[in-house]
Amino acid sequence: MRIIKLNKDNLFPFLAIISEQAKLWAPVKKGEKHVFKIVNDFSQIEMNTTRTILPPRKIFLPPYFSMFNVSEKGYKEDFSYVTKKILFGIHPCDIHAFLIQDSFFKQAFLDPYYLKARENTLILGLSCWPDENCFAKSTNTHVIEEGFDLFFTDLEDFFLVWIGSSQGDDLIRLKPELFDENLTDKDIQTYLNWQTERDKAYQQKINFIALPDLMELKYNDPLWEKLGEACLACGSCTNVCPTCNCYNIMDKQFLGGKDGKIIRHWDACTLEEYSEVAGGENFRGKRSDRLKLWYTHKLQAYISKYGKPSCVGCGRCVVTCPVGINVLTVAKALLGEEVEAFWSRLNKEVTK
Amino acid sequence: MNSKNLTQENPFIPEPARIVRTYPLTEDVKFFQVRIVDMERALSFKYNPGQFAMISVLGAGEAPFSISSTPSRPGLLEFCIRKVGSVTKALFRLKENDLIGVRGPYGNGFPIEKMIGKDILIVVGGLGAAPLRSVLLYCLDNRDHFRRVSMLHGAKRPAEMIFREEFLALKEREDLECHLAVDEDDTGIWTENIGVVTTLFPKLEQIDPANIYALVCGPPVMYKFVIKEFIKLKIPKDQILMTLERRMKCGVGKCGHCAIDYIYTCLDGPVFTYWDVIHMRELI
Repeated sequence: MRIIKLNKDNLFPFLAIISEQAKLWAPVKKGEKHVFKIVNDFSQIEMNTTRTILPPRKIFLPPYFSMFNVSEKGYKEDFSYVTKKILFGIHPCDIHAFLIQDSFFKQAFLDPYYLKARENTLILGLSCWPDENCFAKSTNTHVIEEGFDLFFTDLEDFFLVWIGSSQGDDLIRLKPELFDENLTDKDIQTYLNWQTERDKAYQQKINFIALPDLMELKYNDPLWEKLGEACLACGSCTNVCPTCNCYNIMDKQFLGGKDGKIIRHWDACTLEEYSEVAGGENFRGKRSDRLKLWYTHKLQAYISKYGKPSCVGCGRCVVTCPVGINVLTVAKALLGEEVEAFWSRLNKEVTK
Repeated sequence: MNSKNLTQENPFIPEPARIVRTYPLTEDVKFFQVRIVDMERALSFKYNPGQFAMISVLGAGEAPFSISSTPSRPGLLEFCIRKVGSVTKALFRLKENDLIGVRGPYGNGFPIEKMIGKDILIVVGGLGAAPLRSVLLYCLDNRDHFRRVSMLHGAKRPAEMIFREEFLALKEREDLECHLAVDEDDTGIWTENIGVVTTLFPKLEQIDPANIYALVCGPPVMYKFVIKEFIKLKIPKDQILMTLERRMKCGVGKCGHCAIDYIYTCLDGPVFTYWDVIHMRELI
């Protein structure tokens, strides 16, 4: 893969040229947090964010969209939400999440909505610096070697830019004079130093490979009941998770006539009605059973099947769950570590 | 009309289908005979006994249903459907010649290739007749491919026995061992057995456990008791087959609702062995 250099001053001119090709999405500030949004004023782009509130998968499969327009003539596919897009500022963990979703939406049956949106989107990755809630190094998703068109590593005065695809190369060729093909030894040394420092900055360490066995051994552990007691079944963990994919279907607006839409919207396995079938039978009526499903799926089943967890260490569940149920605390509890979280304190007081 | 191509590209587009015949089987269960409008598609709709289809009614939604007909009689699809939710309520309002949507077939179905040359024991409780009628008719249509074929069928009351007349007629066949039972007879004219379905096991002729496939489908409470009987008969765990119900919104392994452990009921099921059940725990 070719690596070239871009001076900091040349970033905005580059973004200006590429945003003539397609709408540019990037992380911008929303209150104290960050979100991916269409940007026209590049100075709004937050170059040093950690995680956004929602993962960028919302761009491929929005929380709520129409799959079909239906009339008496039949079903007409509705791809109106799919437009050409360029995503800038995607961190390595989120690109890993795209790769997990790619293989999921391609297995057995192809999902035309995901794939079409994906095909129409260019991914411009950006390096990041971990905070206390990142654990991407434990999931081995802190670096990325594929799944992007361009990847920018921010080295204070300049960027190193990895060219990951032919389309990425096309973007560079829109104005090649902005880039410098010749890297000096000093540039390379700067990158190596940065890499070493960044590796050291990860404060969290989880042994994910131990988890499938532990989850099996602790299948009936009272831990799950404790977590179930505290869980609010709000679905936030699944909404912010970059690898979650569950959805529901709804028929809309068939009033009077027969015209309407088939709507697809995000669903969450932690919600009560998730596994309920007609007639009222609910295969996971208990919150603890639903939590167990989520964690089994991410940390046991996926590791057994693919050799890696369906978790990319982004820390979104860590900063989102109001009662502290997240991959970090649950994994630590399973590994036998003392956990300081709302749910663990709550249960100490409750059981007294 | 290029619906055929669209279906191949977009697995979520239903195939328009016509209700050819519909009549009540019990108070809350109806029989639907359906034909895909496109004649070519109707004839090329290949499935295995035990597979299911997604049926949709515009405005009400879509839900999974076992196919009750047998692939050995192609062209028409049959379903027996209980009125329990919004989709089935809408289906019950439809009449013959009305249009519905059908997608499928989905799921694994029964492992017919492994079952060929073996004895087949089918144990049905209530609406479990929906998927098991498919495999029973398949065995009867290809009778020389199987050794002994037996069926035990239990229902609450005679009026609630699905396909009662069809199964009573099958009792006349000499190449099928068929025992029917009701928990209670409120008619006074029931001539078959009275008791739960497990009371029919002693009536079975001597079985050959190494060479039998035992199939069960019924209400969740039934599995435990029927499987106990299978185990008593020394039938190996991986020759005990059951078909399970789960919430499904897509049928193609995307919506997530039917996930259990690392499998999706819609792709890897709905037919599982008893070994799968022990292995994965959450199945029943």
